[in-house]
Amino acid sequence: MTLNIVKKLMVAGLLLTLAACATQNELGQDASSILGADAKPGTIAEFTHIVGDTVLFETNQTSMNDAGKALLDRQYAWLVQYGVSEIKIDGHADERGTRQYNIALGAKRASSVKKYFVSLGYSGTIKTLSFGKERPVSLCDNISCWSQNRRAVTVVVTK
Amino acid sequence: MIINSGTKIVRNTPLVHAAAMVQTATMVKQAFAFIIIAIAFSIALASPATALVEVKINQGNVDPLKVAIEDFSGQSVKEIGFGQNVAAIVTNDLLNSGLFAPINPDAFLETNRSATQRPNFANWRPTNAKALVTGRIIMQPNGNISAELRLWDVLSEKQIIGLQYSAQPKNWRKLAHQISDTIYERLTGEKGYFDTRIVYVAESGSKAKRIKRLAVMDQDGFNRKFLTDGSDIVLSPRFSPKRQEVTYISYASGQPKVMLLNIDTGQRELVGNFPSMSFAPRFSPDGNKVIMSLQNDDTANLFTMDLRNKKMVRLTASQSLDTSASYSPDGKFIVFESDREGKQQLYIMAADGSDVSRVSFGGGSYSTPVWSPRGDFIAFTKLIGGQFLIGVMEVDGSGERILAGGYHNEGPTWSPNGRVLMFFRETRGETGGPSIWSVDITGRNERKINTNGFASDPAWSPLNP
Repeated sequence: MTLNIVKKLMVAGLLLTLAACATQNELGQDASSILGADAKPGTIAEFTHIVGDTVLFETNQTSMNDAGKALLDRQYAWLVQYGVSEIKIDGHADERGTRQYNIALGAKRASSVKKYFVSLGYSGTIKTLSFGKERPVSLCDNISCWSQNRRAVTVVVTK
Repeated sequence: MIINSGTKIVRNTPLVHAAAMVQTATMVKQAFAFIIIAIAFSIALASPATALVEVKINQGNVDPLKVAIEDFSGQSVKEIGFGQNVAAIVTNDLLNSGLFAPINPDAFLETNRSATQRPNFANWRPTNAKALVTGRIIMQPNGNISAELRLWDVLSEKQIIGLQYSAQPKNWRKLAHQISDTIYERLTGEKGYFDTRIVYVAESGSKAKRIKRLAVMDQDGFNRKFLTDGSDIVLSPRFSPKRQEVTYISYASGQPKVMLLNIDTGQRELVGNFPSMSFAPRFSPDGNKVIMSLQNDDTANLFTMDLRNKKMVRLTASQSLDTSASYSPDGKFIVFESDREGKQQLYIMAADGSDVSRVSFGGGSYSTPVWSPRGDFIAFTKLIGGQFLIGVMEVDGSGERILAGGYHNEGPTWSPNGRVLMFFRETRGETGGPSIWSVDITGRNERKINTNGFASDPAWSPLNP
């Protein structure tokens, strides 16, 4: 089992090195599912790591590409299946922008995701928030990291 | 001539005969006029009539004015100590301005003159100093420190400034900066900027989870003091032009909100109570209003709030992201950035939101515009070719000049005299981080400000009260 995970991680590492060519969403998915390999159905861990809580955006873009929409479709299905009545969308920008604009950009990304959930028919409460470029998840200084930071993260609000 | 005749001088009141002062001041100023003209000339050469597309770092070539600064004299060990420290600060201020070249005291020939004795200029001419700064420290019976400043024109052998300053001992650095301001103003004809402070964001911790604290320091990096405890993200502080207040954004409520902080009392309050994010605040020139962006789903628009009656006024109604607004010094116009035409560009409008026109037309995108306190330039961050640059343009968008370049430079702020900019510069990668730098408006004299750790989002205060 452990060996298996290590193997998967190695594969993921290989994929990451090819990051520049691969589409970002596929990458994010692969890396996520390995981390959540043990997550049980209906848990936050499953939503975060197996469904995938993070949709990525192109530089300066605030609308999702097809892979991003497909991910949100899966998120929506999970939210409905487990009767989640409140979510929060955190929008983020990469470090290659100025601070104030990035706050607005992150907010606009979060808003895009919110609108998409509404268009799917989500009836729960959706709050949005922007962190601008203040909370990166990938810290290197090249395009493979910046693309991971241009993101909107769906957070299940538990009461 | 006995220089110490006459009655006790009131602070900032000239000591000597006005006519003689003006005449001799003019002589030194003439030497300086050359430098100012040289700067202006280099600007003219480097700036074509239309906005630049290619990036050039402007490096004017100016000979700084040679100035000799003696340790201020004193009778007691304490006075002598203060005298050395005051001279050191004045030396550092003038050196950092880039317009003066303080002479190494090792080259001084006259070292044992008594406090009441006039300098022997035959001893000073060989140092090539054009101006000589002397002074003395007197500890007052009430415990205050008092400093007498004399500025001499070495060639005409005349005193051009004689002033006395007084301060509580804890404010001795401020006193020294005031002396620097007096000398700078006398010799350049421009207001000084040394007795000022910088409010900024001190950063610590890993890049993924930075701890950010509001902090304030003197413009030379001393007297650093934290204003918030780091429990919440704080960003983009701006000094009030009129009061000891700072507006900034804080995530304390869970989402970014514009706040007001009194530096003296530590009192904090929310500026307005809006359902969504408010950010990118800046004061109006009279200090009575805060202009800011309010987010509404996928748009951000500009609003003002009058701090006296809490009245809100909407200034833009775009379907875009409008942010980073900054008033002209007369309060009649506002420059801001917007992505309404795709990329971020700079726009100017009247203070009531009417007559919007775009002013940035160079390549790349433009953001964080700040109107110069002199009214003559707009400073900005420019993103082009993967580089973040600091530049200035005239208010009609012409004469763009890049002053600082590299991987990531952001967020210029003006010295109160409009001669110097500070900004922050990020270094790359996981261990990289921001530091605060200054550069003058010719692109010369780039310097790192000592903040003892990562620091970003500097904002310059007006001259201290």
